[in-house]
Amino acid sequence: MENINNSRLSITPSNSAFLLIIGLITLILIRVFYVINRSSQPRSATSKQKPLSTLIVLGSGGHTAEMINLLNVLQKNRFKPRYYIAAATDNMSLQKAQVLENSLLNEGGVDEVRSAQFMQIYRSREVGQSYITSVGTTLIALAHALWLMIKIRPHVILCNGPGTCIPLCVIAFIFKVFGIRWSYIFYVESIARVRRLSLSALLLYKLRMADQLFVQWPQLKSKYPRAHFVGRLM
Amino acid sequence: MAKAYEDLRSRRTVFVTVGTTCFDSLVRAVDTREVKEELFKKGSTHLLIQIGRGSYIPTKSTGEDRSLVVDYFTFSSSIADYLRSASLVISHAGSGSIFETLRLHKPLIVVVNEDLMDNHQSELAEELAERKHLFCAIPQTLFRTISDMNSGSLTPYQPGDATPVTKFVNSFLGF
Repeated sequence: MENINNSRLSITPSNSAFLLIIGLITLILIRVFYVINRSSQPRSATSKQKPLSTLIVLGSGGHTAEMINLLNVLQKNRFKPRYYIAAATDNMSLQKAQVLENSLLNEGGVDEVRSAQFMQIYRSREVGQSYITSVGTTLIALAHALWLMIKIRPHVILCNGPGTCIPLCVIAFIFKVFGIRWSYIFYVESIARVRRLSLSALLLYKLRMADQLFVQWPQLKSKYPRAHFVGRLM
Repeated sequence: MAKAYEDLRSRRTVFVTVGTTCFDSLVRAVDTREVKEELFKKGSTHLLIQIGRGSYIPTKSTGEDRSLVVDYFTFSSSIADYLRSASLVISHAGSGSIFETLRLHKPLIVVVNEDLMDNHQSELAEELAERKHLFCAIPQTLFRTISDMNSGSLTPYQPGDATPVTKFVNSFLGF
């Protein structure tokens, strides 16, 4: 009898810690599923018309060109302030965004000042880098992304690849799970992807981290039914 | 004699671009005698090669003995002017230079780099080649593509439009 009691006593503390962890994980999982489910729903009409702070991730080269085309037709008064992030190795993209923002300044007068900010981020993977060394660089990129995201806490994220946007989207999703900031994540797959999604898009699609994923070729829409076909941006 | 001959013809430049990549096999393919002779035969007078980060240096030529004038450079902040003055563009498969060239309605041969780790770039080039907006090749088939090509068979590219995306985003956000 005593023996049984003893063994019970010795197990209880670790047992309760174990149960606590299980409970916590369950709660987080329930929250994750709730977030995923709510993310696919349009925003409720309650806070309509207030502008939303927007993070725009510029991907370099063709990706940036596509994003600029999108920004050209975006209603800028609804999406402000705007935060631009580009890879630290890419000095062309922020310049292009700056040109766009300057042209807005000339049109809209002085009150548009400070509606845009430009930042650089370490990249998880350069084109051509091996997948093995990618692990280390991804960790650094993740830490830097966390720092930037804590500063920005955007309501809307617009991105179109490549990998630069993944750490930012993951952190935005974690912010949603822990109730730090609810954001709407939109991913536009590059026009270069005709038959297969990019790794970034596939991650966001499969893990349901993007609220909406857009594709520019009908072949992709039929392969990934939850994506939205929007036609060519270029 | 050669000079007089060149003056008779207007300048027709073939512009080759590898963007920010290293694509030696393309530069090497363009720099072969058979390709240069074929381009000359088709009426080109100048060959300008943007070699990017590549280490293969093409042989310059001043165009004596009725051949192409060949020149090269590594980078330029904007290739728009080079594209505009070209009569044929041979480009790597990056979407940036592809669409920049198509918008200028220049005949375009896209050469896919098969050495890239994640070779998705052929997707876009092949799709646009199927839609007859450009010719698609790999370095090994460049010569044949040039000798077979008939730029009259290409159809002009209609630029796309981003408003469907913004419409969707706006309605999703309740604007």
